[in-house]
Amino acid sequence: MPNTFTKIASVTVGSGGSSSLDFTSIPQTYTDLCLKISTRDNAASVQNNIIFKINGVTTSQSLRYLLGNGSGPSSVSDTPIYFASNANNSTSNTFSNIEVYIPNYASTSVNKSVSVDSVSENNATAAYAQLTAGLYASNTAITSISITGNGGSSFLQYSTATLYGIKNS
Amino acid sequence: MTTAIEVNCATGEVTERPLTTEELAQREADAAVFAATKHEEEVAAAEAAIAKAALLTKLGITADEAKLLLA
Repeated sequence: MPNTFTKIASVTVGSGGSSSLDFTSIPQTYTDLCLKISTRDNAASVQNNIIFKINGVTTSQSLRYLLGNGSGPSSVSDTPIYFASNANNSTSNTFSNIEVYIPNYASTSVNKSVSVDSVSENNATAAYAQLTAGLYASNTAITSISITGNGGSSFLQYSTATLYGIKNS
Repeated sequence: MTTAIEVNCATGEVTERPLTTEELAQREADAAVFAATKHEEEVAAAEAAIAKAALLTKLGITADEAKLLLA
């Protein structure tokens, strides 16, 4: 890994769980952002979606994703940006693996692409692998990022999120 | 669990705070949409199962025999 990849901040959910994981006051000194996520939430299903908020809101977001769920592939266009994660009916003690990559996040002159590679782990037929091409159609610099579980769910203990900054030189 | 863990990337300070009124309202709205969607999916699945059983009865074959036809 190049030495231009720097950890900005990390958070781990405690025993009480949490509805939202927020990174605020993101330094504007990097070229790109990379968010690594490992989560499990308390929704009563195998998989649940994570909702991605930029600067506190989900407005100006859209996506197209390719999804494999163990039974058939699909391609979807939708709003806002979201992606697959483990929920509470997946195999015990398993967590999702997710990477979110945002180039040029500090730019005040271009829209931002948000690329997501997400997998929800499950030792059964129903497991989800999702590749997402997201768009934040705004030339506002990204200063905060939040993730929340869909449907009012909460992240369970040991869920983690780590934000990295990447410099191109 | 209606709390948020917030990390200030400039200072490294991590705080756990209650959700704001706005965030709570959004959370409840999300939950309502999720429940409605799930109910619709369950109703659709139940209707499909009933239609499938009716068709098999009409054809006079079992589900396994129908699978053989499609293999």
